[in-house]
Amino acid sequence: MATLVLATHTISPAARFKDAVAVAFIALLLGIPMIGLTTVDQGGTLRVATRWPTLFAFVAVAFAGRLILRFAIDQFKAHQLTRERAVDVTTVASASGRAASPLLTWVGWAALGVALTLPIFFSDNRYVVDTATTVLIYVMLGWGLNVVVGLAGLLDLGYVAFYAVGAYTYGILATQFGWSFWEALPVAGAMAATFGVILGWPTLRLRGDYLAIVTLGFGEIVRVILVNWTELSGGPNGIASIPRPTFFGLELKPPGDDPTFASFFGLEYSPSHRIIFLYYLILALALITNVFVSRMRKLPIGRAWEAMREDEIACKAMGINARNVKLSAFAIGAMLGGFAGVFFAARMGFISPESFTFSESAIILAIVVLGGMGSQLGVVLAALVLVLLPELGRDFAEYRMLLFGAAMVMIMVWKPGGILAHREPTMRYVAEGDSR
Amino acid sequence: MALALQQLINGLTLGAVYGLIAIGYTMVYGIIGMINFAHGDIYMVSAFIAVTVFTILATFGVSSVPLALLLVLIVAVLFTSVYGWAVERIAYRPLRGATRLAPLISAIGMSIFLQNMVQLTQGARVKPIPPVLVGGIDLLTVDGFTVRLAYTQILIVLVTVALMSGFTYLITKTSFGRQQRSCEQDRTMTALLGINVDRTISLTFMLGAALAAVAGVMVTVYYGVVDFYIGFVAGIKAFTAAVLGGIGSLPGAMLGGLLIGLIEAFWAAYLSAEYKDVATFSILILVLMFRPSGLLGRPEVEKV
Repeated sequence: MATLVLATHTISPAARFKDAVAVAFIALLLGIPMIGLTTVDQGGTLRVATRWPTLFAFVAVAFAGRLILRFAIDQFKAHQLTRERAVDVTTVASASGRAASPLLTWVGWAALGVALTLPIFFSDNRYVVDTATTVLIYVMLGWGLNVVVGLAGLLDLGYVAFYAVGAYTYGILATQFGWSFWEALPVAGAMAATFGVILGWPTLRLRGDYLAIVTLGFGEIVRVILVNWTELSGGPNGIASIPRPTFFGLELKPPGDDPTFASFFGLEYSPSHRIIFLYYLILALALITNVFVSRMRKLPIGRAWEAMREDEIACKAMGINARNVKLSAFAIGAMLGGFAGVFFAARMGFISPESFTFSESAIILAIVVLGGMGSQLGVVLAALVLVLLPELGRDFAEYRMLLFGAAMVMIMVWKPGGILAHREPTMRYVAEGDSR
Repeated sequence: MALALQQLINGLTLGAVYGLIAIGYTMVYGIIGMINFAHGDIYMVSAFIAVTVFTILATFGVSSVPLALLLVLIVAVLFTSVYGWAVERIAYRPLRGATRLAPLISAIGMSIFLQNMVQLTQGARVKPIPPVLVGGIDLLTVDGFTVRLAYTQILIVLVTVALMSGFTYLITKTSFGRQQRSCEQDRTMTALLGINVDRTISLTFMLGAALAAVAGVMVTVYYGVVDFYIGFVAGIKAFTAAVLGGIGSLPGAMLGGLLIGLIEAFWAAYLSAEYKDVATFSILILVLMFRPSGLLGRPEVEKV
């Protein structure tokens, strides 16, 4: 059997060439209407412009790329096959399943150490700390969404709604009623959790993809209301000058009448204090989220989430209250999203509906899935990749979102179970046509 | 009354376009059980192809409207189905047999990719084309308000009806339709019976893309402007339509599309244009509360 498979991988150079020609032809067809031709606006009327050299380059790259990629894949597969034949497959599977976890634990602790010490090494580099703060917001959102998608198995495409509810609750409470960050935090969390239940209630009977569109619709409803209910949310202009969080009542601002953080501790004022404070704040929030979620997993309710994900009917037969289990997952996921939203509003000082679009939901979901569903460390890695990729791509400016989309596809195709698959199936049913 | 009639006409036209796109969602869902998030962007690509071809035809001085429309339709359908094929081959086929969420994420990535590719290669600005089909029939005038049935609206409804009939025939009567439905039911068994499952799935994607291409050309003719963002909104609406009608059901997709078009048109005319999307999604949630499989969807019986 193995030799048979091996034989199909060692194809002749002529067949490779033919394959690459086919790919180049498809690339030509795809490229003609988009790369080869374009329309230019000239004084109100369109005129067709051609870019044949670019199209030719694109086709050539596709041809060469396919030739090289195909060769690399074949070599890799052949190599893998010989290795697999040498070692008994079953022992490999069980060994890697056990061996992986201590290593991952170490990686986790190392990541925590890096996160804790990062501002010390980069105290004068505002950009690094700022980016790290953004990464942590997404890590926290990913961990929150992980409760709904990864543990309870409820596909939520409107998670950004709860993020928005948290941010706006704080924004409104702070600017209209003068609440502080710490007072508003629990209220906003409760508010988001309430919204989670409101969303969860009508969707209890829905399965997989019906749930997906309803949650997507819910996210859009919240966004449209925020855009149009100008009296409450400020409409498209959003809410500005939201107060920053304080350090136990001490404000982090230049010295003034009230005692500030710098004057209380006798430090010289520096704007980087606030950046670093915000960084540690979100780090603390994220770590609390992490501990909270991992403890929840060990409680009966957490077990019920995972059981519900695996088989809903069996759960009901065992006497588990499906309604309460699903609603609690929605509520807790939403609450964590709400907390992240409060932090976002406090950090930016300005919020508008533009920050809470569907693409944000998609990115958070991508973090959870790319990370490997249910894996806490995977979420961190995926958040790092998805936030840093566009940041690194700043030099490519307009190409960065293009590369971002392509990277999402490529990572998924390369590792369908996520970067750190929580449990790699020991046996897999190979669907027809997968051998290629 | 006159306003209601006008909104009925507008709503049906819009609904026909949604229905055409929704069929692509429903078929793909039926056959491989995934939400093809890039489908809306396929539709957007076809609208851009239509703009380019219309401009080329104008340069060559093709003035006959039916000939121009026919040429644009053919070219757009051909190129867009290649896009449909390529998207499936690159982003979904390698993920066959993976978890349900993997193709979803790869589809979202594909959608981001296509949007940005079009923005880069075709420009981020709105593209206007000169009106192709002008004029219409004035149906009646009440208190100075004229109910008008534009030729483009007639065209859209006629094309949709023709495509729907052809499509229903293709799925229910032809050998390809049988293969397609058989793949929906049981892919392994279908493969055992000597049917090329991969080819059938590829063809399904190409057919879905072809219908989206027709919708894209129609919208270009109807509104006269396109930009790289139209795919997202239309995609969400069409997906809502597919779910509302019962995902996996072809008549359901059309019914859902028409309903969404009508809800939007009437809500915008009588209540508030700003909240029409809220209305659409709220009605979707309400319908799903009472019919969790959509209007025409078969309730799925889960067996333990």
